[in-house]
Amino acid sequence: MAVMTVLEAVRTALGEALDADARTFILGEDVETGGVFRATEGLKARFPGRLIDTPLAESSIVGVSIGAAHYGMRPIAEIQFADFIHSAFDQFVSEASRWSYRTRGESSLPMVVRTPWGGGVHGGQHHSQSIEAYYTHLPGLKVVAPSFPADYRSLLRASVDDPNPVLFLEHKRTYRLIRQEIDGAAAETVIGRSRVTRRGGDLTIYAYGLMLHESLAAAESLSAEGIECTVVDLLTLLPLDVETILETARNTGKVLIVHEDTLTGGFGGEIAALIAEHAFEYLDAPVRRLAAPDIPAMPYAHAMEAFFMPDRDKIATAARELAAY
Amino acid sequence: MSASATRQRPAAANGVTPEQMETFLHQMMLIRRFEEKAGEMYTKGKIHGFLHLYTGQEACAVGSINVLEERDHIFTHYRDHGHALARGLDPNRVMAELYGKADGVSGGRGGSMHLYDVSKNFHGGYAIVAGHLPLAVGMALATEMRREDAVTMCIFGDGSVAEGEFHESLNLAALWKTPVVFFCENNLYGMGVPLKESLSANIATLAKAYKMPAATINGMDVIEVYREMKKAVAHARKGGGPYFIEAMTYRYRAHSMSDPELYRSKSEIAEYRKRDAIERLKKAMLDSGALDETRYRELEAQVEREVDEAVEFAERSPQPALSTLYDKVYVEAGQ
Ligand SMILES: Cc1ncc(C[n+]2csc(CCOP(=O)(O)OP(=O)(O)O)c2C)c(N)n1
Ligand SMILES: [Mg+2]
Repeated sequence: MAVMTVLEAVRTALGEALDADARTFILGEDVETGGVFRATEGLKARFPGRLIDTPLAESSIVGVSIGAAHYGMRPIAEIQFADFIHSAFDQFVSEASRWSYRTRGESSLPMVVRTPWGGGVHGGQHHSQSIEAYYTHLPGLKVVAPSFPADYRSLLRASVDDPNPVLFLEHKRTYRLIRQEIDGAAAETVIGRSRVTRRGGDLTIYAYGLMLHESLAAAESLSAEGIECTVVDLLTLLPLDVETILETARNTGKVLIVHEDTLTGGFGGEIAALIAEHAFEYLDAPVRRLAAPDIPAMPYAHAMEAFFMPDRDKIATAARELAAY
Repeated sequence: MSASATRQRPAAANGVTPEQMETFLHQMMLIRRFEEKAGEMYTKGKIHGFLHLYTGQEACAVGSINVLEERDHIFTHYRDHGHALARGLDPNRVMAELYGKADGVSGGRGGSMHLYDVSKNFHGGYAIVAGHLPLAVGMALATEMRREDAVTMCIFGDGSVAEGEFHESLNLAALWKTPVVFFCENNLYGMGVPLKESLSANIATLAKAYKMPAATINGMDVIEVYREMKKAVAHARKGGGPYFIEAMTYRYRAHSMSDPELYRSKSEIAEYRKRDAIERLKKAMLDSGALDETRYRELEAQVEREVDEAVEFAERSPQPALSTLYDKVYVEAGQ
């Protein structure tokens, strides 16, 4: 058993992936020297020639990965911050997500684009964004957003092995914050499955990334008050684990969906719609969403950032109201 | 802090009067001290997030921005404190922005990378590398359409040159003959990657390929920067279209406060420090009699006071009120 941070789990998985398959390589800005968050630290020495520093050219980082993956390589691209991915959106929308469909499955795109997302680091408007809602609208793409180190490790391995393009979201605030004991080998984890992290009968909280940890902390304190929460770690946002979502919603009858992205058009709307469509008769309260306010960018000032981000207290308040409904 | 006060005086032999030289010296010293202090305050936990210091590059901002008139416009990137100060933004309010306070130039919403003061035609620092180049071309297009006699200066780093927007913007500016001065601060690195490993071409040659005049100059010589910028602005102002300056410079500090600097040697940094722009100008002024040690020490004391005052101002300034968080998500109709 070893204790790993999220960052160490990512680095471990990258090393394992490079080790396991000679077709894998890493490309991105500053990856050779370890990258901004040090996720690729030490890999260049272990795998000479398998890490490629790119210029600042995000659209091409993704586009080049598509071309290479199409022709038998397994690129693992890094976009330094999720905020910088937007110029590559076209490559995801117009090319990567429809690759298999367009080629009638004749060509696969075994590529991963990893990127650090989320706030809580005083990054302000260009270093704090949640981007998942843009990408979960692209059938053909997979979107993975783990919360715990062990899942980061196993799902990153699974993403590299997957024949489809995967957007792998790493919450930057959790990189060094969240630790976990991890076994020797990466567990077999399946993309497309969520996990019930905690069972409780009063309501279910759905979350991912930093918000999953905040939700667990809220659930812990609510338990002391006699409110018992089920907490679902969504893990994969596309394709979504509909079965687990509906099963937990039916069991508890009350649901709270939490995300850090802004509310309107946020990913929570999809979960709310699924539950409303398929678990309506089981509901004892209106579906509740807790998200960032609808303002265009994460403000820099400390107090404003704190106001913007949902946290354990806001989650506990919302859950209490819901439990009392 | 503007050079306009001295603009009317007769030019000295190198095209710069002794008074202008003193203005340049003062501004460069102010930026240097401001940045050192900002770094210190970051370490003390007063400033958060991502902070990119400008020390080493002062001559670029001071030599170029002092050529601009008030009616001219500036867009810049995230390493923007020096540009803001050279443009005459209030150091107190710039420091307050780094602190995320209500009196900051962006009301605490922006922080270090997003300084903004439209009253100075300072249209912002931008942290999406190269994302602001098309904005500057659009600004220049608008000044043309509105028949305004204004030049737009667009400042960016060498790292921008590989981005698509760089090429699209140079092409458009040349195609439409918009009055833009592209000012590339080539400090040899984009974060930890040396330019020679991220660019297959030469920057000024690329600019020339888009059919605009381009010059590579010593960006650690404020007089040289000033003189080249004068040519550039004159060219753009008289309808000649865009002009490109590649100013060779060097940043003394890490890329940002969290960079372990594994990509360059201490001896390389020491080598560039020997070419320091402030020392160079100081020596030239001492040699020519435009400055003496007493005056130099007065200037030192003055910038110390200015920077201390900026810190006190930032400390005293209130946190932005949470009630303002939703303000101005949209502009009201008719506003
Ligand atoms: C589109 C985009 N990609 C990546 C980054 C991350 N990043 C910030 S600064 C930087 C290096 C930029 O170098 P350069 O343009 O030379 O400016 P310098 O920092 O040297 O002043 C990188 C990679 C970013 N901010 N925006
Ligand atoms: Mg640079």
